[in-house]
Amino acid sequence: MSESLNLNYIITNEDFTRAGEASGDVKSKLKMMGVPPEVIRKVSIAMYEGEINMVIHAGGGTIDVIITADDITMILKDHGPGIADIDLAMQAGYSTASENVRALGFGAGMGLPNMKKYSDEMTIDTELGIGTTVTMKVYFKPKS
Amino acid sequence: MTIGDVKEILHARFICGEDQKDREIHSACGSDMMSDVLAFVKDQAVLLTGLCNPQVIRTAEMIDLYCIVFIRGKKPTQEMIDMAEDRDIAILCTDHRMFNACGMLYDNGLRGGTPY
Repeated sequence: MSESLNLNYIITNEDFTRAGEASGDVKSKLKMMGVPPEVIRKVSIAMYEGEINMVIHAGGGTIDVIITADDITMILKDHGPGIADIDLAMQAGYSTASENVRALGFGAGMGLPNMKKYSDEMTIDTELGIGTTVTMKVYFKPKS
Repeated sequence: MTIGDVKEILHARFICGEDQKDREIHSACGSDMMSDVLAFVKDQAVLLTGLCNPQVIRTAEMIDLYCIVFIRGKKPTQEMIDMAEDRDIAILCTDHRMFNACGMLYDNGLRGGTPY
C-alpha cells in the first residue's frame, strides 16, 4: 500500500507571532490520526525550529509534509540568502540571528542542531542567494 | 509536586488554567531561550521564563508542557492567554526573579531532569 497524506503550508514573515502555526496544525492533525506521542514530539520540534528559521532568516517559504505508513517527511523550502557554511551552522551555539530575534527568544544557535537531533534523517540543499531546502524524515519505527 | 504547589511556593497567581492545579509536575526549566527549552525539556515540566511573547506558548505546545510561570511580574497579553487556554496550558505570574524562583522550587524538591 502506498497511500500518503500530503499537507502544504505557505509561511510568511509578516507577523512573528504567527510563526509556528503550521507546526501546531501538523501536531494536532497527527494527534487526531493517533500517531505515537514520541513521533509527534519529534516532528513538532523539528518542524517548529525549521519554521522559525524560515521566518527569521529567509522571509518565509513553503513546507510540505508527507505522511505515509512508515514515516513522516517534512520539506522546508525557502528563497532566502542560503547558508554559507553548513558545518558552522550545524554547530550548537553558532548563530547569525540579529539582536531583535534573540530578544524574541530565538537565535541561540540551536535551531539546526535541534532539527537534526529530532529527525531520523536530515539533508540540507543550499545555494547562496538562491535559497535553502531542508528535508527531514521521522520514522514511525526506529531503523535497526 | 502539582501546579497548585508551584503557585504556593512562588507566591504566584493564576492568569489562566486554575482548573489544572492538581496536575503533576515532574521537573522544571528556567530559560529565556526557546530553542534551549525545545532541546532539553521533557514532558510534565514547568517552564519559568522572563520572555513574554506568543512563541513561549507555542514552544510549550510543541513539547506538551502544560505550565508556564512568568517571572519578574511579566504579564502575558490577552492573545497569549487565549492561546494558552485553547491548549490547556496553565499560566502563573510571580514577582520573584529567575534565580530565586528556580531556587525556591529546587528547595522544595523539584529538579531539572536529566541533561539529555
